[in-house]
Amino acid sequence: MTEAPSLAVLDARGVAKRFGAVVALRDASLQVNRGQIVALMGANGAGKSTFVKILTGALRPDSGHVRIKGHDSLVTSPATARRSGLVPVYQEPSLIPDLDVAANLRLTSTPVDPFRHWVRELGLPDLRLDAMIGRLPLASLRILDLARALAVSPDVLMLDEMTAALPTDLVDRVLSVVRAQADAGRAVIYISHRFTEIAAICDRATVLRDGMTVGDLAIEPGIEERIVNLMLGEGMAAAATSARGGAARAAEQTPRLRVRGLRTGTRLTDVTLDLARGEVLGVVALEGQGQDELFDVLAGNRRATGGTVEVDGRAVTFRHPADAIAAGLTLVPGDRAHALLMARSVRENIALPLVARLGTWGAIPMRDEAERVTAAIARLQIDTRAQGEVRRLSGGNQQKVTIARWIARGVETLLLFDPTRGIDIRTKRQIYALVRDLADQGAAVLFYTSELAEVRQACDRAVVIFNGRVVDVIEAADCDEPTLLRAAYGLTGTRTGPAAVPA
Amino acid sequence: MTRLLANNGWTVGLAVLLAMLLIATKVIQPGFGVSGLDSLGRSALPFALATVGMAVVVIAGGIDLSIAAMMAVASVTAAVLMDGVTGGTSGLVVIAVLGLGLAMGALNGALIVVTRVPDIVVTLAMLFVWQGVALLILNAPGGGIAPWLRGLIVGGVTLPGVPAEWTAWLPRAVVVLAVCVAAVWLPIRQSKLGLRFYAVGSDALAAFRSGVPVGQTRIAAYAVCGLFAAMGGLAVTMSTGIGEPIPGPYLLASVAAVVLGGVTLGGGRGGVLGPVLAVFVLRVVRLDLTLLSVDPNVAAIVEGLIMVVVVMFGGVLAMRGRRA
Repeated sequence: MTEAPSLAVLDARGVAKRFGAVVALRDASLQVNRGQIVALMGANGAGKSTFVKILTGALRPDSGHVRIKGHDSLVTSPATARRSGLVPVYQEPSLIPDLDVAANLRLTSTPVDPFRHWVRELGLPDLRLDAMIGRLPLASLRILDLARALAVSPDVLMLDEMTAALPTDLVDRVLSVVRAQADAGRAVIYISHRFTEIAAICDRATVLRDGMTVGDLAIEPGIEERIVNLMLGEGMAAAATSARGGAARAAEQTPRLRVRGLRTGTRLTDVTLDLARGEVLGVVALEGQGQDELFDVLAGNRRATGGTVEVDGRAVTFRHPADAIAAGLTLVPGDRAHALLMARSVRENIALPLVARLGTWGAIPMRDEAERVTAAIARLQIDTRAQGEVRRLSGGNQQKVTIARWIARGVETLLLFDPTRGIDIRTKRQIYALVRDLADQGAAVLFYTSELAEVRQACDRAVVIFNGRVVDVIEAADCDEPTLLRAAYGLTGTRTGPAAVPA
Repeated sequence: MTRLLANNGWTVGLAVLLAMLLIATKVIQPGFGVSGLDSLGRSALPFALATVGMAVVVIAGGIDLSIAAMMAVASVTAAVLMDGVTGGTSGLVVIAVLGLGLAMGALNGALIVVTRVPDIVVTLAMLFVWQGVALLILNAPGGGIAPWLRGLIVGGVTLPGVPAEWTAWLPRAVVVLAVCVAAVWLPIRQSKLGLRFYAVGSDALAAFRSGVPVGQTRIAAYAVCGLFAAMGGLAVTMSTGIGEPIPGPYLLASVAAVVLGGVTLGGGRGGVLGPVLAVFVLRVVRLDLTLLSVDPNVAAIVEGLIMVVVVMFGGVLAMRGRRA
């Protein structure tokens, strides 16, 4: 199953870690050889993030060892991991927001010329070294982080969900650069939930489940199904079907949500769409085409400068998120940290909208609250082992909590902004099923996703936004990735006008 | 050039404000001149040194509530050791006191890093500890100071070969301040350590992941703060001639000047020049209000309002700048 250990640049064996009563890792192993890209995969709660932290020295294992280039020394901090040749690129950028690019390079002793080279190679030719990190968009930060890692010529490069939050053109560049790195003899650990990328560039996949390494497979055509089965464990795979049921979208009287010519800021120029009860309407757009602003306006975070929003035929203006919530428009934002009270419990987080409603200053109706919260936790299958503080939950479970709070309250119109970003396939499928379920019960769902493959699985129709306006409306059946991508790049042209309104 | 100006807009604004206030002082009190500047510089010196120390810690994402108490320890230690001593020995005492300051600050930092108790709690506790230590060393104001140290901060600057009237307007206290701050802060600012202060204060997790030794950096920041507190304590003894075991009002004044000086309390932003200018702004405001014979209680209210208004105004400007 594995090569001789002497070949491996990175060799982790028998790694175990527990946090109090919770066993995060039992027996995790990973071997990466020179010139190889190994995908590290695992469903939600499989222990992947703990394993990553141990590999990079952010946590110490209770037992087992991590060897880099055959050296038996334990990696004890990100600094020592770096010195021994392992350089990670984390899912959240590790650049200092209050320093400029040049100072960030000096901080990590990164040579400037190779950095410039990689930044150009990765598709950001006009980056200034005196640009403040805090003012750059997320996608650029991830590219800078990667360029900074490449600039020190690491022996082992670890990429955690590198392509999440990147627009498609940058994704292609990143993938080809990473492949070239491996071909030049470096070892790469590639953590991603996107099978297409793994199939495109990886050599092997190591699969974690319940804190154990359960498989180490060579990537070959058709391997996806085996990996999924390994990740899900026995019995779960059968349930993983496409979630789309009968789209009961009646050619209905008044739409639940009617948006006409909505405009704000510089990016959102003219969006028109109708969202009916029982419908899941996908929103497809490249990075920064106005989708953020659209969701912000609908959730009451930001005011529109033009256009109208009608809920059940009544025109509304939201001055405050509370107004939007009162009108039944509830948002699951792209960044979970914006929605959750990280230091409070799962229950409090879910109960927050119940408690926060205007006019409930008095005692909290405890029993009613407890029932609703329990029901929501059960429905979303939230892992409650670490429920005391939300920040200790895995990313997927945190995302479930942000959705659960609106379910506990009773969903009318759910605004989901990229709800599956960076979470595992099992949770994703649970979310698709849940969204369909909610729609079947009469909810209206607006579903922005950065992963085009999701549209077909979760939505009835999709509107494509380009340059701040709706350029196309596509039925789910036609939502294959090439079509969506062409539309998202504004390449359709055949269909005209803001056709988001059913005729 | 414009970029430089934009990045240091806050400091430039404070300098302009200070100049305007000095002109106002001259208008209110036409007799305000060299001796006025001299006493202003001397009274501001301990405040300014404390403020620089506080600024360093705040930039690194912390706060040190024990700063005034550390100043008291330094002040009484210097006064006791130096009582009746002259010449070379007193120079050794100065070095010893500065070392003591470093050690006190490093201990503060080490406690925060090792115990993982929040900085505000640890330094509050250490405030009481250092207060007790100061009173143990000297239970009532007393002791002495070498005359040459007193002379160092009294009067105007005189340079050999330069006519006295060219340089005499510049208070020696201000020069001492500039030399002390420059000698410690400039090398730090240019080195990786300074970068690490900003990195840890800006985003400790990102700094950790970038390989910055976060704990060591924090301890270093507190140690530098302790060093400046020791200088501040020495300045107190130098200007009064005796050791003061009871801490002066330096804690809140230094926090106020740090904020007014453009350092974000969350850490990661600002410098030390702004806070130093802010100290002088606040001192001159107080001086002007006294000259106008405003009730001291009203004067305190006015000072507080000035702080809020200036910081708010700065916030509005920053927001405009971002939008543009």
